[in-house]
Amino acid sequence: MKLLSRALLLAVVLAAVALGGVARAEEILVYTALEDDEIPRYLEVFKKVHPEITVKIVRDSTGIITAKFLAEKDNPQADVVWGTAATSLMLADQAGMLEPYAPKGLDKVRGFMRDAKNPPHWVGIKAWMTGFCVNTKEIEELKLPTPASFEDLLKPEYKGQISMPNPASSGTGFLTVSAILQLKGEKAGWEYLDKLHQNIASYTHSGSKPCKMAGAGELPIGISFGYRGIMQKQKGEPVQTVFPKEGSGWDVEANALVKKASIKPAAKVFLDWAVGPEVMAEYAKVYPITSVATGAPIPEGYPAKPEAQLVKNDFDWAAKNRARILEEWSRRYDAKSEPK
Amino acid sequence: MPESASVRIAAASRLPAAALDLEAWTRRALMLLVCLWMCVVVVLPLATLLSKSLADADGRFVGLDNFLHYFQNPSLSASLGHSLAVSLATTAISVSLGFAFAYGLTRTAIPGKGLFKTLALTPLFAPTLLNGIALVYLFGRKGLITRGFFGALPGLDVDLYGPLGIILAEAVYTFPQAVLILSVALGAADARLYEAAASLGASRLRTFLTVTLPSVRYGLVSAAFVCFILAFTDFGAPKVVGGGYNVLATDIYKQVIGQQNFVMGAVVSVVLLLPAVVAFIADRLVQRRQVALIAARSVPLAPRPNRLGDALMLAFVALVCLAITGFYATGLFASLVKVWPYDLSLGLGHYVFSGIGGGGWAAFANSLAMSALSALAGTVLTFASAYLIEKTRGLAPLRRSAYFLSLLPLALPGLVIGLAYIFFFNAPGWSILGVHLPNPFNFLYATMGILVLANVVHFYSVSFLTATTALKNLDPEFETVAQSMGVPFQRTFMRVTVPLCLPAILEIAMYYFVNSMATVSAVIFLYSADIPLASVAVANMDDAGDIAPACAMSMLIVGANLCVRILYGLATRGVRRRTQAWTKR
Repeated sequence: MKLLSRALLLAVVLAAVALGGVARAEEILVYTALEDDEIPRYLEVFKKVHPEITVKIVRDSTGIITAKFLAEKDNPQADVVWGTAATSLMLADQAGMLEPYAPKGLDKVRGFMRDAKNPPHWVGIKAWMTGFCVNTKEIEELKLPTPASFEDLLKPEYKGQISMPNPASSGTGFLTVSAILQLKGEKAGWEYLDKLHQNIASYTHSGSKPCKMAGAGELPIGISFGYRGIMQKQKGEPVQTVFPKEGSGWDVEANALVKKASIKPAAKVFLDWAVGPEVMAEYAKVYPITSVATGAPIPEGYPAKPEAQLVKNDFDWAAKNRARILEEWSRRYDAKSEPK
Repeated sequence: MPESASVRIAAASRLPAAALDLEAWTRRALMLLVCLWMCVVVVLPLATLLSKSLADADGRFVGLDNFLHYFQNPSLSASLGHSLAVSLATTAISVSLGFAFAYGLTRTAIPGKGLFKTLALTPLFAPTLLNGIALVYLFGRKGLITRGFFGALPGLDVDLYGPLGIILAEAVYTFPQAVLILSVALGAADARLYEAAASLGASRLRTFLTVTLPSVRYGLVSAAFVCFILAFTDFGAPKVVGGGYNVLATDIYKQVIGQQNFVMGAVVSVVLLLPAVVAFIADRLVQRRQVALIAARSVPLAPRPNRLGDALMLAFVALVCLAITGFYATGLFASLVKVWPYDLSLGLGHYVFSGIGGGGWAAFANSLAMSALSALAGTVLTFASAYLIEKTRGLAPLRRSAYFLSLLPLALPGLVIGLAYIFFFNAPGWSILGVHLPNPFNFLYATMGILVLANVVHFYSVSFLTATTALKNLDPEFETVAQSMGVPFQRTFMRVTVPLCLPAILEIAMYYFVNSMATVSAVIFLYSADIPLASVAVANMDDAGDIAPACAMSMLIVGANLCVRILYGLATRGVRRRTQAWTKR
């Protein structure tokens, strides 16, 4: 039975290695809600400049990252939050979880894309906005017109053809709902959402899923965001991105330093880099509105004047009312349990 | 054997009494260790989970308030009804199809039984998420069947997302379990009963109703309970094809992951746990009444050829196998198609996993490592404790408790294990009567260790039962003789028991590996950012809408599991030749 005892020994050694892990001096844990296909592109830039720092990424949809971060209030795990909705960071700030920090080059950051306090508690990197992903082939086959506005989505012919992200889990879902409530006022806003609900076939976990479902023809219209539609088109899916006539809901993807007992110097290095010119140029390749002007042309597929597309958004209002809006939304639409 | 007998043997042997005392004490200590181990990994985490469900978010005891809140929230409590409905429907489908299929395999003279059985068991190797994904590619808006194979045939549009999708996916998942259980039940038949029925002039139908059905009633009950519990607690399929039709398992996930509401997660877990526990207890009670069907004088029933019946049965069995094979072939095809349904050219693009969440190939490698470790640790632990419980004399109360504790995990859904482990292993410590007790197991949290542990426990009971059955087949004389010759029991164990039971040991190892690869439910709460896992990656990719790469990752899991299955087949053949010659005369 030598074999068995050797196997046992091997198991013990393997387990010890697996359990122990190897501690690295310069390692930071970063929470982010950036898209999965963006992160590696940006991190490649970081690795070139700071090969000495290991970045561990925890990535999920905005609502999940927010909930996870807030739940760890008493014992925060993350060192840095990167590219996560400003409205979410404002909540974390209210809970006293953010350490004020002025990254290098802060003076170049546009005023409406950073926290007004000095030093700021959060600093934006770019804005993302509502866009409808419309599958041109399917629309044609179903003989439907391409929707051009939020109002269009209420037309009875779109019944059962639209998917939308759940605002509780998705940042895109929340900024869209918040924009509708701000555009129309609360009463008319909820009435609009009630009607929209009649046309929605499915509420999804993430803001990108409606666009990917549209790209695959599963549901021809997905309420999503600009970047996603443009990427799916690049992959060869028949997707057209529509920016609604009334204007797009939007939010700032922002960074913050996490308040903990020991703040690692590498965390500040990362935050400096995250608003620096190298990575800003990368952001600008796929997003039209960056927090630092890069002079890069507007990426293909976006409106020529991207700022004009944004609705007036009161972040303070959105952050303060986030919990209430989500609860009301869940009460009204989450119980969409019986198939119609 | 009563205590006095071993005392007599001890007295008869020429060994000093102290050595035997030592052995008895070692056994006692080991058995205590088995009980202690099950308490730490099952009872205490479960108790923590229960206590969380009775407390508010700040840990204050609130009695049943959380449950009241749960049942007053219509969107939450509706899930219980949904879960029951889909599980009952699944059970009805799986057990009836499984019964007919097993009947074909055991009671008819159709050819190719081995092949058919192998094909029917394929779903055992797949994550249930894949069942959902394959359904999307078959019955979704752009599915093969919906579109009539890209327009070649008239299409069939069904309302997949909702109960229909869940039931279809769960039926595929539970079907092999029903087939396995019912094949065993139908395989044990006494031909004399059928001869008697024939000579009494009973019709085929009457024989079926009065001989066949009663003889397999325990198998039917068992199959029904197993299918019900599996469908009731599964999380993968409803996650993919549930649409807006919430069930308990997806609610737990939404509460814990989506809202980080651990208290409500615990409450829903208890609601999920109760029917599973009831089914578990009912099954135990029913099985206890079972008596041996096969007596020493039984004559095995040899199925007689029946032209029409066999032809019909062959058609049915082949059709089921074709459906299962086609189901997974669709998944494989979809994972290779470039842009479903617009660009059907094939390629390995979805297997690259770049720019996709979930962890890609690193996650797959982690899953392989985790499953190998779970197989190793699980096999050693289950077999050793089964040996101690089965082959120790006396100590009846201790043995009974250890046996019961070992079967307990059978009633525990993976999600419940995962959540209970978060509560138990992440706690920094407990204060009991004002004394702070640090948590000695806290170091395991967020490591590979806790993943392995969760798997070992999740799949413990079935492995334990396999080991116990194998050990029961060994003559107790081995122990008695060894003892009287003064051979220490650990040597008998390594030299006799283990080699004789090698086929069962390999089977346990394979079972652990395959299930650890495919499971999502227990590990989705426990994996950390450092250790992404393949099955969890499938769930995350589905969340992000990357369904084709999710399908590709599922295919990798199925591929790895089939490889292990083939290795197991080769190894058992070799082992049987070398160690099982004694079973043949």
